[in-house]
Amino acid sequence: MNVMRLEGRAHRFKPNDDINTDYIISGRYKFKISDMNELAKHVMEDISPAFASEVRDGDMIVAGRNFGCGSSREQAPRALKAAGVAAVIAKSYARIFYRNSFNIGLPLVTCDTDWILGGETVSVDFENGVVSGTDSGGSAEFHPLPKTMQVLLEDGGLIPHIKKHGGFSFDE
Amino acid sequence: MGKTIVEKILSSHSDSDCRAGDIVVASVDYCMAQDGTSKLMIDELDALGFEAPKTKGGMAAVLDHSSPSPSVEVSRIHEEIRRFANGHGVTIHDVGAGVCHQLIPESGTVLPGNLVVGADSHTCTYGALNLCSTGMGSADVAAAAHTGKLWFRVPETHRIRVDGTLGDFTGAKDLILALIGEVGADGATYKSTEFSGDTMTSMSMDGRMTMANMVVEMGAKFGPFPYDEVTSAWYKSIGVATGGGVISDDDAEFEKGIDIDASDIVPKVAAPHRVDNVSDVSDHSDVEIQQAFLGTCTNGRLEDLTVAARILKGRQVNRGVRLIVAPASRRVLIEAVKTGVAETLLSSGAIIIAPGCGPCVGTHAGIPSDGENVVSTANRNFMGRMGNNNGVSIYLASPQTVAASAIRGRITDPREL
Repeated sequence: MNVMRLEGRAHRFKPNDDINTDYIISGRYKFKISDMNELAKHVMEDISPAFASEVRDGDMIVAGRNFGCGSSREQAPRALKAAGVAAVIAKSYARIFYRNSFNIGLPLVTCDTDWILGGETVSVDFENGVVSGTDSGGSAEFHPLPKTMQVLLEDGGLIPHIKKHGGFSFDE
Repeated sequence: MGKTIVEKILSSHSDSDCRAGDIVVASVDYCMAQDGTSKLMIDELDALGFEAPKTKGGMAAVLDHSSPSPSVEVSRIHEEIRRFANGHGVTIHDVGAGVCHQLIPESGTVLPGNLVVGADSHTCTYGALNLCSTGMGSADVAAAAHTGKLWFRVPETHRIRVDGTLGDFTGAKDLILALIGEVGADGATYKSTEFSGDTMTSMSMDGRMTMANMVVEMGAKFGPFPYDEVTSAWYKSIGVATGGGVISDDDAEFEKGIDIDASDIVPKVAAPHRVDNVSDVSDHSDVEIQQAFLGTCTNGRLEDLTVAARILKGRQVNRGVRLIVAPASRRVLIEAVKTGVAETLLSSGAIIIAPGCGPCVGTHAGIPSDGENVVSTANRNFMGRMGNNNGVSIYLASPQTVAASAIRGRITDPREL
């Protein structure tokens, strides 16, 4: 995946900070359901029961600090991706979720998010490192992705990366 | 400039002289996955053409999170994991053996100085044994199993020094909850924590595992304890000679230092629905409870069961309360039977269920009803965590507080009994 620009509708939640992976996809589903498209019907259910039916392809999740804390379940970013979420924009991420997302090809953007309105269209310009909103008129800059994460996204995730290179290859 | 434990372990595993901030590809000694994360990992390993684990010490698959199976769907996943393990030289810990984070340590398969990854966020527990161990997603663990290696960013270290004596009825759980309450759920994100001080030196291995287990609840990646006499004695007790371990150099660079006086710590709870929502047990004495849970990778070990039994001896669980006990492993349960702890628990009215994760993650074995309050020795109290999101509140506490609360039927400071 080599995305330079994304545009989509922003979804915000309560709570804003520390949205954990249990909230992203509950343990009571992840043990029973292996099909990500089925699992996608339950994403964010415990904090926003309507989200799974409202989300459209290309939409983005916007949050505060420590998004994705808690369990290591890779089903969390996978179910978000299967639900159509194109990217997450948050102030910071928990580390396991951060790795998992790039491993399965879901881009994460780290920047100030207080200004982003729920429901507005946001665009993410990866080339110039800018997020902007149409209704709020706000914008925020973000640092380019670390090299490791860029390589993983370009290769389509960790497993395709290893298949392609026969191991880890972040240097060239 | 000297090195921290994590800088030493990642250097030795990457044939480099790495420091905090560096990115290294390191060889991994051991890896594991459990029944909630193995299915994705198996699919990913199939895509890679996986034959057998390349991690030096091998690999384990543990059926613990939903075990024994409560449904046909889970039974099918368990069967697929068994087939996978048997076909690829992976050690299987089947239903009833216990929780992964007790089984991997007590089976002697991970050693001081090792680098270990597991598809479970509480894999950081083995830090208690003086090693670098962390939770990852299924793809990362698949990559480690298939290649024997994984990439790591070398974390900065927060040194947490605890001195002084913990009071009666106060233990490792109260200490780690107090710390998480202090620094917050992201207070150590991407960092390694290193515990030191005389409280830590005198703490048992069971207590250390409780502490290391919960470092991820403040965001940490690794939580290694220094190697000492407790480490070597514990390995000796399971029949393993260690040949030494790893400690930080005196002139190692720590990003941050936190000092705690253990004598200031009183029994604590993490109130709903955040692990860092920590206050004194006595602040919640008006909360009636319907379920009490003693177990998990945090507090299901022999010492935990023993301190709870000491409080429950000669007393009865309140008629309005279900006290569910899930021993962390079969070995823990056998010891609890031998020492009379199991009989004390059962005589008080406790329900002992199969060794494993029990109702912690909400798939089976004690899902609370609508609007109920639960006091639990687990490590997470998120909304819906125990399988019901309809007004259920989970209060995290020590084994002593859970036992005292089960007797009174309300959240109770164990010092009152």
